[in-house]
Amino acid sequence: MTLNLRARISPAVAAIPPSGIRRFFDLAAEMEGVISLGVGEPDFVTPWRIREACVDALERGFTCYTANRGRADLLNAISLYLARFGVDYNPASELIVTIGASEAIDLALRTIVCSGEEVLVPEPCYVSYKPSITLAGGVPVGVPTHASDGFRLSVAELERRVTPHTKALLLCNPNNPTGTAMSREDLAQITRFVEEHDLLVIADEIYAELTYGKPHVCFASLPGMQERTILISGMSKAFAMTGWRLGYVAAHPDLCSAMLKVHQYTIMCAPHMAQIAALEALTSGEADVRRMMETYDGRRRLIVSGLRQAGLECHEPEGAFYVFPSIQVTGLTSETFAQELLSEEKVAVVPGAVFGEGGEGHIRCSYATSTESIAEAVERIARFVSKRIARR
Amino acid sequence: MDEQTLDQRILALLHDNSRLSADTIATLLGEEEERVRSAIKRLESAKAILSYSAVINWEKAGVERVTALIDVRVQPQRGAGFDHLAERIYKFPEVRSVFLMSGSYDLSVMVEGDSIKEVARFVSEKLSVLEYVNATTTHFILKKYKQDGVIFEDDEGDQRLVVTP
Repeated sequence: MTLNLRARISPAVAAIPPSGIRRFFDLAAEMEGVISLGVGEPDFVTPWRIREACVDALERGFTCYTANRGRADLLNAISLYLARFGVDYNPASELIVTIGASEAIDLALRTIVCSGEEVLVPEPCYVSYKPSITLAGGVPVGVPTHASDGFRLSVAELERRVTPHTKALLLCNPNNPTGTAMSREDLAQITRFVEEHDLLVIADEIYAELTYGKPHVCFASLPGMQERTILISGMSKAFAMTGWRLGYVAAHPDLCSAMLKVHQYTIMCAPHMAQIAALEALTSGEADVRRMMETYDGRRRLIVSGLRQAGLECHEPEGAFYVFPSIQVTGLTSETFAQELLSEEKVAVVPGAVFGEGGEGHIRCSYATSTESIAEAVERIARFVSKRIARR
Repeated sequence: MDEQTLDQRILALLHDNSRLSADTIATLLGEEEERVRSAIKRLESAKAILSYSAVINWEKAGVERVTALIDVRVQPQRGAGFDHLAERIYKFPEVRSVFLMSGSYDLSVMVEGDSIKEVARFVSEKLSVLEYVNATTTHFILKKYKQDGVIFEDDEGDQRLVVTP
């Protein structure tokens, strides 16, 4: 008797399309000598003082479970850290340490989304959002943002897509893949919208420290928003701790206690030694963050200048470490552009189409790589673009 | 940004990579190229920037090079302190660096040559015999791990996956 295993997979999981990034990764991974502008994580190694704290924790035997919510000293440190963004969370009842911001997003969705409820997702968006909503039993509803507007979320587009079934808005600010950082004025309009429709907001602010030229505005700090916002962040991007899988979620005690139930039954706790490293990062890692941020800022200018000189229209990103130029001048689809750029010039970028509506006609370039690599990559892109324009 | 901050940022960039052009530095710092060029000229005139050089791994270049760090105990001179003797020592082309040190010896001298014998001969014939040099202790560098902020070991390269969301 043969088992038909595929038929036994949950329809919700079977229906999720494979990641466009995965396909592209397989292509790029086979080639030698590729300059990758396709990496969504810092090129810095976690600062030594943070790694050393983990090594010390291991030597001293901190290998057991912690409280589900996380170590008390880390929760206190997270609460103090978030205060700089104008929010006040009780570490004992309004915070949970999670396995990366990824788990925090999953917790939030599983806790608040009922079967069939809709979640508004501005697009282009991080590739995990829509599948995560689907896995939670919800319906992701894409809300387009436009290059002409610097990919800022507009209330008009939200109004076109909100329905009586809408439960929440999932907002990523600063944004992956567009690099957009919304201003206080932009966000104030969104607050009026969510109040009017009585929505919850899941605010993914993993790139909060990486803003250039203007300070980050925490959505939960806006008037009336803390109660209805599930704030998500973590250590990955600002502290170069992607592989440590350490994040946190902050929310009203009623929401937090519900999320804690899911967390305690599925995860138990985040890794103990990673929590100790995170505590070190939050208490003494500020200088390292400043240093990395200044480096990203310089590279940001370099890559934007280079891509514009290459003939690509490119809005100025103000957050994260991505730039999202238009490749429409070449007449190619984003996937064709990325594939041909990779095979002809050995530069990897991510096709904008994988990030949803509004991504087609664009590529995502990460500047989390050395200035030398950026300089070489934009030179090769310029050569490629020039050839494609000549062919049109 | 103000002049002092600009100077510090330029110096930090050039210290890491002296091949950066003024144009690239200007882009990285979000400043006008002309302002960066003037700042660099000013820093050169003030001798804050003394020279531009490369960190070389001679072994990888297939060139035999021996480096020694020599602790020198000296008799400081009336009116001149250690400076006059330090100058006599650093004028030798074999001498790559001279530092005045706190601790159990006075000067630290880095000497480079083509062989241990050559360096040893320099120490015995040129350095130890200088007036006011009381004693020398020679330490030969056996292996360079890191120099001027540059790691000599072959690193494992970028450990990240080539494309990630």
